[in-house]
Amino acid sequence: MTDMRTSDERDDVQATTGAQAEHAGNGAGNDAARELDVARRAFLRNTAAAGVVALGGGLTLYTISGEVLAKKAEEPLDPKKRWGMLIDTTKCREGCDKCVQACKKENGWDAEPGSRTDVQWIRKVEVRDPKTGFLASLPVMCQHCANPPCVDVCPTGASMQRADGIVRVDMHICIGCRYCMMACPYKARSFVHEDIPEEKKRFHAPMGKGVVTSCDFCAHRIDVGQIPACAEACPEGAMLFGDLNDPDSALARRLKEIPSYQIRADLGTDNGIRYTRLP
Amino acid sequence: MRATGRKIIMAGLAGSVIMLSGMTAQAGGDIAPKVPIDRTKGECVLPGDQMRREHMKILVHRRDDTMYQGIRGGKAAFSACLNCHMVKDDAGKPVTIESPRHFCRVCHDFAAVKVDCWSCHKSVPDDAGNINALKGADKEAEKASMFARLMNFVQGGAK
Repeated sequence: MTDMRTSDERDDVQATTGAQAEHAGNGAGNDAARELDVARRAFLRNTAAAGVVALGGGLTLYTISGEVLAKKAEEPLDPKKRWGMLIDTTKCREGCDKCVQACKKENGWDAEPGSRTDVQWIRKVEVRDPKTGFLASLPVMCQHCANPPCVDVCPTGASMQRADGIVRVDMHICIGCRYCMMACPYKARSFVHEDIPEEKKRFHAPMGKGVVTSCDFCAHRIDVGQIPACAEACPEGAMLFGDLNDPDSALARRLKEIPSYQIRADLGTDNGIRYTRLP
Repeated sequence: MRATGRKIIMAGLAGSVIMLSGMTAQAGGDIAPKVPIDRTKGECVLPGDQMRREHMKILVHRRDDTMYQGIRGGKAAFSACLNCHMVKDDAGKPVTIESPRHFCRVCHDFAAVKVDCWSCHKSVPDDAGNINALKGADKEAEKASMFARLMNFVQGGAK
């Protein structure tokens, strides 16, 4: 249940991800698949565009350079997508934590900075190259890996990857063993130690004592065509959210233009979150 | 003497039979709790007696739809349940699960069934919640398809 894509789809994802995109389309089969893919994307875009009119008031549809991110609330997600984000560390300011505050507000957690036990979905990290003194300030959250170690180790299948690449915890079946917290190289997960009082709960981001939680890319927002709260809140526009699999998406085009890095790329987890530069 | 004794016993037995039958009638009838619902917001996804038996299946089915497929909103959404079944206190504020008047507790207290939903889920809607439960279901076609899928599921059809 952790990966609902068929093997064909997974190959397709592999072929159109990052640097490997250049090598795609070598065989005739690949060409056919790509044509189908393009047609499908166009169809989805058109249907989504029609959705803008139909949905109307109250429901915000975000478009980035004409790219419609929307999925209608009642539609199942599109397994062809893989959500990702490019964080421009040249724009991210030291000391600014607007993304963290927005996440706290949206998802109802309230960790003290530096706390080892409170729930924390996103944190600002200042990293310095000890040799040169070069300093970068960047937000770190769940990296939404294509090969997530947290999913590998989960004994119940609660730690899961949605077909659109979002890695999250199905808290209904989480037994709170915290194995995923051990496995995550990015310290992205936290355990809820205490009961959350009714007034602090958020309706669309349920969590409670005894389960593990982490950033879910604001799945409840993505599912209705909005972008994650952190990306929306960034005053510098340093967080570009989009579909990594769609070569026409603003994100994919930007990634093609400039070099970008994954934290601990050496682990081979293939992160959905990329940074423009890391010390 | 013996005859009188027997008469008394018979009378006693008859009396208890009458009392017992009275109690049975009461237990089978009116003391079962009524779930509060605001009918002005439309009908429930299923008729009441069916809902009483099936609501947990619908909730679990829907839970998986949301977790794995990202399907949200519509009539079967959690928020839609609250939308119609929410009870307001004397000050006009929606009551939380801490109150025995909360629509879940009305029955669950009576049936002595403890549910864990509310240790994580909020039992009243957020003021700032950004998904309106029925927004997606405004269109009749979508409503019908959702209903058909639900019925199919409830009647033991394919998931």
